[in-house]
Formats: sequence, structure tokens, C-alpha cells
Amino acid sequence: MTRKFTEAAIAGIGQTEFSKASGRSELQLAAECAVAACKDAGVSPHDIDGMVTFTIDNSDEVNLARCLGVKDLAYTTRIPGGGAAAAATIYQAMAMVNAGLCHNVLIWRAMNERSQYRFGQNPQQQQMSYQSGNGTGSLLWCVPYGAMTPASWGALQAARYMHKYGVTNRDLGYISVQQRAYAANNPNAWFYGKPITLEDHQNSKWIQEPWLRLLDCCQESDGGVAILVTSLERARDLKQPPVQIVGATQSIPYNVEVISNYYHEDLTVMPEAQGVAKRLWAMTGLKPSDMQMAAIYDAFTPHVLLQLEAFGFCKPGEGKDFVKGGGMALDGALPTNTNGGLTGEAYIHGMNSMIEGVRQIRGTSCNQVTKKTVEHVLVSSGMAGAVLAKA
Amino acid sequence: MSTPTEAAAPTAPKPTRIPPIVTLDAKFFWDGADQEQFLGQKCSDCGLFTFPPRPMCPQCFSVNRREVPLSGRGTVHGWTIPRHPPPFGFKESPIVAVIELEEGIRMVSNVVGCGYDEIRQDMPVEVTFEATMNNHKVPVFRPRT
Ligand SMILES: [Zn+2]
Repeated sequence: MTRKFTEAAIAGIGQTEFSKASGRSELQLAAECAVAACKDAGVSPHDIDGMVTFTIDNSDEVNLARCLGVKDLAYTTRIPGGGAAAAATIYQAMAMVNAGLCHNVLIWRAMNERSQYRFGQNPQQQQMSYQSGNGTGSLLWCVPYGAMTPASWGALQAARYMHKYGVTNRDLGYISVQQRAYAANNPNAWFYGKPITLEDHQNSKWIQEPWLRLLDCCQESDGGVAILVTSLERARDLKQPPVQIVGATQSIPYNVEVISNYYHEDLTVMPEAQGVAKRLWAMTGLKPSDMQMAAIYDAFTPHVLLQLEAFGFCKPGEGKDFVKGGGMALDGALPTNTNGGLTGEAYIHGMNSMIEGVRQIRGTSCNQVTKKTVEHVLVSSGMAGAVLAKA
Repeated sequence: MSTPTEAAAPTAPKPTRIPPIVTLDAKFFWDGADQEQFLGQKCSDCGLFTFPPRPMCPQCFSVNRREVPLSGRGTVHGWTIPRHPPPFGFKESPIVAVIELEEGIRMVSNVVGCGYDEIRQDMPVEVTFEATMNNHKVPVFRPRT
């Protein structure tokens, strides 16, 4: 059998509820979302033979396999870089399937990131230590200076970009307002039924002055998300219409690091997203105007603008006008983060927005794009990306 | 302990700033800072400055590196004021900045002796030092005219 580079597909997606206190272990969340993804696909969890998660996920492969009754795990791997590399899980799963190494690859990310621990608390109280595999030197080089939270690192990363193009905090508000409007209509979203106005955004407290307010920041959430990847051929025989992975890639250019990303040449661009875009468009032969929806990692609102620009949806510095003009809306040029994103729905490290891309292709989103048929979706987490397509 | 009989010199308040985590490859940098020396890493073979410090030169792959005094002069490449949560160890929000040094490398630090309404992107700064907990010091920057 000849194998093409475009033969992997997403057969199932699953999740737990998104909350601020799950009341159960992260392993249980992982197991629950994994079973949900398998059930969605119509595949027995016993038949999972590949597993992918984040380096910083606290659940162990063996423990999860024990919960799921996995008979014979053939391949396991983890991706570095936290949420920035979220889409690299899809990349890995695609590669495992395309190489003929696995039939049913489970991707999972499950965390009690609100109730059990919180990113960015005093590192000494948390007894955190510097570890490799996180892709960031923030603990080593930022903490003694009072930059102790992801928001502080993110603001410092965005400051020069915002200054250069005159992006004000109010400009960022249009992203928050749009995403909260999506979340308000999404029963899975923590902020279901709770839209905000631009004035609400402007009245929220400064987190990082003068760049980020509270409503520019992703939530802290408990929950789990899972994706089941198999071959397109197999997926055609399963329960759901297959969502093809037509391309996926990762890009870590020289001197780029995750979030405390101050050492590369030009701090007014996101070179990792530019690298992902370049490879992804070359790999798929597609272009920005071929996308009907995007799921873009939005830990902090400025990074949505930087990614929109890196992928060529608008020119450098024009991201603010793109979002102000309704570019992210359902009838806009690029409906974006229609689940409400990480600010509106939940923060499951980007995974929850990626499965919204799957729903858009299936036509099952509660904020379904209807103006056009959703043929292609861009999934970007900054350092990795994928294009999903209707098979 | 006995009660001091003479009027003791007023003691500076104990530093509350968190000390750096010191890795082997960056030990020279923090050891230098403790002595109020601002040191950078330069490749002995091709002369490339690198930051963060690393055990190999990415240009010529040499492991011969020299710890050289840096000029201590630079500019504010980007900055932010952390408001919430209040950064641990600071009575008032510090100004956190990416400093671009004359040697062409960047590092995160603070701008001190500068009002919130005085901080500007690209403003010239020069190095000084502030104490941390556990008797360490870290390089910070103040406005330079
Ligand atoms: Zn060299």
C-alpha cells in the first residue's frame, strides 16, 4: 500500500465539562475525555495503540492505559512547549499514522489548572523548579524581576509589537468581545450566557499595564480534551464523517522560546508562527483565503493579532483593523475561535479550540459557520499548526 | 542575643526580591552580579556574544567561552508594569523590561529610578545592582542621560 502524506484523519473528539473545580483527579479527567473521543469515533479504547500528550501533562501513559484497558500500546510521545505546541499533538499523531506505526492514536490533555495548581503563582511557594521540556526560560530569567506570570511574559512579548503599530488595549477589546459573544452561545463555555461589551473590557482591571487587562487573558480551567486520530481510510468506516489532516507542522526558529520570547531578531513578529505558516501553506498548497475558520491560540489577545498576521490573513500591523472590522465574526473574513476561545470557553491548553475546528468541519458547532461550507480550518497554537479538511 | 548598647546604624530593610535560580551554564553571570560585575558570555574563537548563556557557540560550535565585562549600557526594548497579581517580593509594581545591550544581546530586567510616566521604549539605560533574598544581587537598569 502506498502511503501519502495526507492520509491521517480525526475520527473522534471528546471532552469533560470545563470548570473551575473538577472535583476529581487529572487522571480521571484524562480517562473520561479519552473514552468520550473513542465513543464519538466508534472505536474501543482497548484498541488505542498510540498516545500523545504534553510534556507537562501530569498523567502517566501507563496509568491512563490501565484505565482504558489498552491492550498493546505501540508508540508514546510527548510534545514540549506547553500550549504553544498544542497543535504539534496532531502533527505527531498524523506522522505516526502516516508512517504506518499506529492505527488509533489518542491525543489527550487533562488538567486541574484552576483547582489544583495555578500557572504563575509565586514559584518559591509552588516549589517549582526549572525543567527542560517546557521550552521557556521564564523561571530562570524573568522571575527575579517580578515577571512571574504568563501574562507578564506575554505582555513583554507583545509590547514592542503593540507600540510599533499603535495597537491600544481598546483595540484588543474587539477580540475579547467577539470571543465572549461566541462563548455566550456555547453551553460548554464557562462564560455561557455571559457576553461582554467593549466597555466591560475597558473597565476590567489592569493585569499588565498598559497592555493587558483581565479580559485579555485566558481563563484558568479544569477539564480534559481528547482527539482520536486514525487513517482516513479507516475513518471512513467509523461513526463520524472523517476530518482529514491535510497538513500539520511545527516550527521553532533559532533563538525563539515559548512565551518569554525576547531573544530573536524582531520582537514585532512571531517567527514561530511565520515558520509554521510557511511550511503549512507549502505542504498543503493552500492559502489563507482557502480557510473558512480558524482556531488560534489566544492565551492573551495580542497573540491572536500576531498569528493572524503571521499566517497572512492580514498584513503586518493590520491585525487590529481586521478584528475591529469584524474579521473574526461568523460573517467575517475568517470566523475565529467560534467556541469562545481560551478566554471565553475554557483554557485546556489550546486543545478545546482545536476540537472546535473539527466541529466546524462536521457542521456541528453551536456557532456554525453557515455563510460558506467549511472545507478547511486552520488550527494554530503559535509553534505548531494544522490544516483540517472535509474529507 | 544581648541588647545592643550603642545606637546601631539604621539597617536597610531585608531584601525581598526572589533570588535567581542558578544553573551551571549561567553561574558566572549570577556570581558576577553578586560582586556587582556585569558579565557577558563571548565565544573565544569567533567572538559571538550569546544570551541566555549556553555551553556552546551556535556559530562555530566552540566550547571555549570567555566571561567578559559588558558595558552595562543599553536601551529599553519593551516594557510592562505587572499589576495583578502583585509580583511577589515587590512593595510596588516594578517596571519589567527587555533591555537591549550595546553588545547586541537582550535580557529581561527592571528599570529602577524611573516613574511609571517616565518609562519609554528605546530610552537609554545603564546597569546597577539590587539585592535579593539570600544575599545575592541582580543587575537592573536605571535611566541614562
Ligand atoms: Zn564561536
